[in-house]
Amino acid sequence: MSSLVIQDLHVAIGEKEIVKGLSLTIGSGEVHAVMGPNGTGKSTLAKAIAGHPDCTITKGDVILDGVSILEQEADERARAGIFLAFQYPSEIPGVSIANFLRAARQARLAEGEELDATAYYKRLYARMDLLKIDRKFTSRAVNEGFSGGEKKRCEILQMAMLEPRIAVMDETDSGLDIDALRIVADGVNTLRGPNLGVLLITHYQRLLEYIVPDFVHVMYDGRIVKSGGKDLALELEAKGYDWVKKDFATATA
Amino acid sequence: MNPLTDTETLPSPDVDETAANPVAGIDQTRGDFKYDVAYEFDAGTGLNEKTIDYISDVKKEAAWIREFRHAALKTFRAKPMPTHWATRDLENIDFDKIRYYLAQGQKPKRTWDEVPDDIKKTFERLGIPEQERKYLAGVEAQFDSEAAYSNIKEIVSRQGVIFVNSTEGLREHPELFRKWFGKVIPTGDNKFSALNSAVFSGGSFIYVPKGVKVAQPLQAYFRINAENFGQFERTLIIADEGSEVTYMEGCTAPKFSTSTLHSAVVELVALKGAKIQYITVQNWANNVFNLVTKRGLAHEEAEIKWIDCNIGSRLTMKYPGVVLKGRKARGEVISIALANDGQHQDTGAKMIHAADETTSNVISKSISVGQGRATYRGQIHIPKHLKGCKNNTECDALLINTNSRTDTYPAITVRGDDNYVQHEASVSKVNEEMIFYMQQRGLTEGQAMSLAVNGFINDLARQFPMEYSVELKRLIDLEMEGSVG
Repeated sequence: MSSLVIQDLHVAIGEKEIVKGLSLTIGSGEVHAVMGPNGTGKSTLAKAIAGHPDCTITKGDVILDGVSILEQEADERARAGIFLAFQYPSEIPGVSIANFLRAARQARLAEGEELDATAYYKRLYARMDLLKIDRKFTSRAVNEGFSGGEKKRCEILQMAMLEPRIAVMDETDSGLDIDALRIVADGVNTLRGPNLGVLLITHYQRLLEYIVPDFVHVMYDGRIVKSGGKDLALELEAKGYDWVKKDFATATA
Repeated sequence: MNPLTDTETLPSPDVDETAANPVAGIDQTRGDFKYDVAYEFDAGTGLNEKTIDYISDVKKEAAWIREFRHAALKTFRAKPMPTHWATRDLENIDFDKIRYYLAQGQKPKRTWDEVPDDIKKTFERLGIPEQERKYLAGVEAQFDSEAAYSNIKEIVSRQGVIFVNSTEGLREHPELFRKWFGKVIPTGDNKFSALNSAVFSGGSFIYVPKGVKVAQPLQAYFRINAENFGQFERTLIIADEGSEVTYMEGCTAPKFSTSTLHSAVVELVALKGAKIQYITVQNWANNVFNLVTKRGLAHEEAEIKWIDCNIGSRLTMKYPGVVLKGRKARGEVISIALANDGQHQDTGAKMIHAADETTSNVISKSISVGQGRATYRGQIHIPKHLKGCKNNTECDALLINTNSRTDTYPAITVRGDDNYVQHEASVSKVNEEMIFYMQQRGLTEGQAMSLAVNGFINDLARQFPMEYSVELKRLIDLEMEGSVG
C-alpha cells in the first residue's frame, strides 16, 4: 500500500505564490479528483509534485510512502513511483515510443543491468492490447505530429508501462474533445486498482462522468476549500464555481 | 569569396608568439627530444627537407615521389593559414614542434599474431580483430605513421581487389595508382593538402576491378598513439567501371596534455557506373587538430557517397566533396557533427556539378553542447551551360545550451534555368520542457539529453551500418553523460 501525503504545501513560480497551503492524502486504490476554476493553481500543484524546476516549494512537504520527495530530482521521483500525465506532453523528434519507453524501463534497473528486450516487447504488446492500441503506434516518434487524442493515448500507454504508485493526471485543459476525454477515462478505468492512487485534475465535471472518483476536492486560490464524495462534483456542476468563491469569501472574511 | 578554397595568397598573419597559447606545451625544449624506445623509425621534431628525405629513404620511394614531396613542402610553406575565413585557432598549431614520422616498421603484418603485443592490445581493445572476423572484407590498422596490420580476405583478393597501404600501393602498383594520385585533390588545393602531400604515410590504396562488387566493407582504423605527433595518412580508392565498394574508417587517439595533428588526404575515383561509399566515424580526443581534405571524382552514372560522423577533436575542418564529372553522376554527403565544450566542428560539403543531369544531396546535422561550436560550410556549384542538374541541401543544427554556437555558410552558385536547387536549414534547441518530460519518465538529465540527441540524428544514423550506428549511439551517450553539470 502506497500513500502520497501533501502537507501544507506552498508553491511559488518565480516570486509569485500559486499554491498556498494545500493538504491532501492519496492512498493506493483511491481516485481523487481536484476541481477548480482556471488559474487556481491546479497545474502548478501537479508540476510541483513531479518536481518541475520552475516550482519553488516555500513551505510544507510532499511525502511518498513516508519519505519526503522534495529534495529529489524529477527523475528520482519518477523512479520512486510518481507519474505525471501531462496536459501538453512534449514532442521528442526521432525517438519512437517503443524506444522511449525502453529507455524509461532501462532507467529503472540497477546500474549494469540490461533490460530483457524480449520480455519488454511482450509486456509492451500486452499493455497495448489491454488499452486497445494499434501495434503500429509505438513505432511513431513520441508525440510528434500527434492529434490531441493520440497524445493522451501515448500518456496512458506510458502510465501502463511504467506502473506508477501515484499517477497525477493533469487534464485541466477545457479544450479536450470528447474522444480525448474517453481515452483518458478508459485508460484510468483500466489501470485503476489496489496498487494505484490517482490524483485527477480537471476543470470540468464532464470527465467525472466517465471516471467516478472516490473523493472530490474543490481547489480555489491555491488551496482546497471543499472536500467530499463523488456527489460534490455534481453539486459543483449545478451551482457553479461562484458558489465556492462565495463560500470562500465568507470563510476568509 | 569562396569560403572553401584557399587560393588567395595573403601575407602571413601576424602571430603574437607571446600570446597565450594553449598548445605551447608541445615538446617545449629541443633538449627534451628523445627517442621513444618503442619506435624504430622517427623523423624527429619539426619539418624541413631532411624530414622529407628521411621519410622517402625509409620507405625506399621512387624518385618521382620524393620530388612530389619536396614540391609539396614548398607549396605548404608558400600558403598562408586560411584564417581569412577559418578560425584563428589554426594559428596555435606549431609545425616546428610536431613529429612527422614514427613507426616500428614499414611492412604491415598479415596476421595479428605477428603484430607487436602493445599495438595488438590497442586494436583488440578497440575491437578491430573481432569486427574483422564478423563482417569485414579486409582491415588495415594504422598505428601512428604506418599500418601495423593489413589483411584482406582471400575471397576478395581473388576477385582482384587490391587493398594495401600508400607506400605499397605506389611501389607495387604504380600503373594503377599513379594515374590518379594527387589528381582529385592537387597538392595546392589548400595548406593542409600540401602538408599531407609532403609527409604522407599510411592510409589505404584500393583498387576494385571492373564489375566487382565487394560484398563486405573494407575497413581502416587510424590510431594515434604518440604525443606531439602528426598523422598524415593518404588514401586513394579507385572503383573501376561498374564496381562497388564500401570503405569504413574509424579514428581514435588517447588524450594527451599536448596537441596532436591529424591531416589526411582522401581521394576517390568512381569510374563509369561505379559506386563508392565512404564511412567515417571519428572520435578524436579533444586536443586533436583534425584538418582533412576529402574529395571524390564521379564519372558517368557513378555514385559517391560520404557518410561522415565527427565526434571529438579540438578543431575539425572537413568538407567532403564530389566532383560530378560524368553525365548522371550522383554525389551525396551525409554528415553528423557533435561539438562539445571546447570543440569546434567546422564541417560541410562541396558538390561541383560538371556534367548534365548530375544530382547531389547534402544532409548535415550538427549538435553543439556547452561552449561547443558547430559550423556548416557548403559549396554547391552548377555552371550555366549544364542542364538537368539537381541539388538538395538540408542542414539542421541542435543547440544544447545557450552558450553553444552554430553558424551556417551555404555558398550556392547555380546558373542556368534548367537546374534545380533546394536548400533548407533549421536551428533548434533541446528545450527544458522536453528534458523535464523525459525526466518525469525516470531518465536522468544526461540520459534525456542523450536520447534527444540520438533522436535528432536518428534518420541519418540509420544509414550507418548496424555496428557503426550502435557505436555512434554509444559515443553520443558518453559525450552527453559528461555534458550535464
